[in-house]
Amino acid sequence: MAAAPIVEIDRVSFGYDASRPVLSDVSLRIAPGSVVGIMGQSGCGKTTLLRIVAGWLKAGAGTTRVLGEDLSGLDAGGIFALRRKMGMLFQFGALFTDMTVFDNVAFQMREHTDLPEELIADLVAMKLEAVGLRGAAQLMPSALSGGMARRVALARAVALDPQLMLYDEPFTGLDPISLGVIARLIRTLNDSLGQTSIVVSHDVEECFGIVDYVYFVSAGRIVAEGKPEEMRRSGAAFVRQFVRGETDGPIPFHYPAPEYAADLAQAGAGG
Amino acid sequence: MKRSTIDIWVGAFVAAGFAGLLFLALKVGNLASFSTAQAYQLEAKFANIGGLKVRAPIKSAGVVVGRVSDVRFDNDSYEAIVTFNVDAQYKFPRDTSAKILTSGLLGEQYVGLEAGGDGQMLKDKDRLRLTQSAVVLENLISQFLFNKAAEGKDKDGK
Amino acid sequence: MAEIARLLQRLGEGATAKIWRLGYAARFFVYILLHSGTALRRFRLTVREMYFAGVQSMIIILVSGLFVGMVLGLQGYDTLQRYGSSEALGILVALSLVRELGPVVAGLLFASRAGSAITAEIGLMKATEQIAAMEMMAVDPVARVVAPRFWAGVISMPLLAALFSAMGIFGGYLVGVQLIGVDEGAFWSQMQASVDVRNDILNGVIKSVVFGIAVTWIAVFEGYDAPPTAEGVSGATTRTVVTSSLAILALDFVLTALMFTGGSAK
Repeated sequence: MAAAPIVEIDRVSFGYDASRPVLSDVSLRIAPGSVVGIMGQSGCGKTTLLRIVAGWLKAGAGTTRVLGEDLSGLDAGGIFALRRKMGMLFQFGALFTDMTVFDNVAFQMREHTDLPEELIADLVAMKLEAVGLRGAAQLMPSALSGGMARRVALARAVALDPQLMLYDEPFTGLDPISLGVIARLIRTLNDSLGQTSIVVSHDVEECFGIVDYVYFVSAGRIVAEGKPEEMRRSGAAFVRQFVRGETDGPIPFHYPAPEYAADLAQAGAGG
Repeated sequence: MKRSTIDIWVGAFVAAGFAGLLFLALKVGNLASFSTAQAYQLEAKFANIGGLKVRAPIKSAGVVVGRVSDVRFDNDSYEAIVTFNVDAQYKFPRDTSAKILTSGLLGEQYVGLEAGGDGQMLKDKDRLRLTQSAVVLENLISQFLFNKAAEGKDKDGK
Repeated sequence: MAEIARLLQRLGEGATAKIWRLGYAARFFVYILLHSGTALRRFRLTVREMYFAGVQSMIIILVSGLFVGMVLGLQGYDTLQRYGSSEALGILVALSLVRELGPVVAGLLFASRAGSAITAEIGLMKATEQIAAMEMMAVDPVARVVAPRFWAGVISMPLLAALFSAMGIFGGYLVGVQLIGVDEGAFWSQMQASVDVRNDILNGVIKSVVFGIAVTWIAVFEGYDAPPTAEGVSGATTRTVVTSSLAILALDFVLTALMFTGGSAK
């Protein structure tokens, strides 16, 4: 891998207050052109990691380099300029509800470029065609199903051909057909547009199907990383529990509580 | 909602708002008066201005021709100096007299101008020489009582 | 003893929290002003918001103005005719509306209709991550979403107050002249003689502009600052209406004291 990594996170920590760190000493490298998955339980810190890459949160320690820029040295204007080269797909699409599908996809083009309306119409048609929704251009977001809304959001995010795409739980709450569609779109758009993508998810099957490399996050730390096939064969306890969906393992089933027998005895004595 | 429909409605709204403002200014207020007309300044000294206030009207023959712009106390003559703006289109002779009158019985006070007969007209920053002060109710009552008492004494004395 | 101390501590915390929030709101206000370029250059955006804030408030403003004017006519006549001054009805109706009721009542109605709508809209956009999506696309949401709504409110408020006053005077005329029988000539001529454009009408307009700024500022701030949950947005909407109403009444007192009593100090 001769080219510089698109995202380089080195020993980054983050916490809203010192006593409860959300991320501790996290390091990862994203190679250009690859689709990388970040997986873990809810609340393990993976969405926080994504927000640090997007420049929303400032890491407490360590360096974060995105697209060759050190995020800690950028001011608000610098971060805005950097975001022109990034795109993000939010969990439920986050389409602008007061505009049509067409206007949503055209949003970035109208805000950031001076392209004439005819050209914008062609570009929007192209993007919508890529996600298969060119016929829905005049619908309002409220008329779309969840899967369709997410595809439109995807078209909107790639409207200006960003170099880096961030996907925040793109598979949540979708039916199997839509799941397959989104997964395929993430991969094909990445390859055809020459992008690099980071997918944050906890859907093992879909994710493994499209990513080149995967990081496992648990309790704010990277516990495992590697290619999907390696992870499937891995003997590491957390990875096994996660990949196979086992109920008990390093992540316990029971929330911490006093001894069961003692609890029952006390309840009996009190009653 | 198409763009053009929104534009039409907002345009109608703004037009209606301005129409309302215009209605208020013209029909309700008195914009026709000389808020912006040319005016020249005159001064007059009074022994007592009573309840005369700034912006009180200056009337001549009952028609408003100006407004009081300033009221000051002259420490040398111990009199009040009233400055007022008169509409430029009305010229008054130099021997015009100024009286402080009350509109109605208990109304607000204004300055009444009675034109004299002098050939020369008052110019900007001139001072009126003939003035009559306001009637102070207490002085009037005590004068009346004094007269009544004097009358009574006369009658008794006879 | 310890309970009193705790109560005082909570009061203190509450007060400092409110003052901190006021400072935060003030900085937000300055931020809006600095980033208003888009709202003014792409006036289309502001026009669109004027439709939702101003045009859609017109019905309630006109109807309320009519009713308030009619009530003023009735009550005013009832009181004035005891002193034989029923011909001053025009003056009473006009001055009450132009100086006070027009700006204040229109402001209160605007706050509850348009202000709450603006808060809910911005709050929901935040809750559904639309604001975040805009930031992610390198578009400043304050410039694109907040500022147009702010300027739409500031521009709409004086127009609505003028419409309210005009409708009210018409309502007073309907009741006083047509219904009760006050002399029509006296109604209008006494009104015109006593209502001064600079002192009364202009001051009323200034009041409504100040109210517009206050109400819209509170509305956009509460919406932008709302917690991104259902309870958060509903709480913010309620706060907008309550805070705006109190602000209007307090500012009305301050402005009235400055404008209408200063003249008689001489």
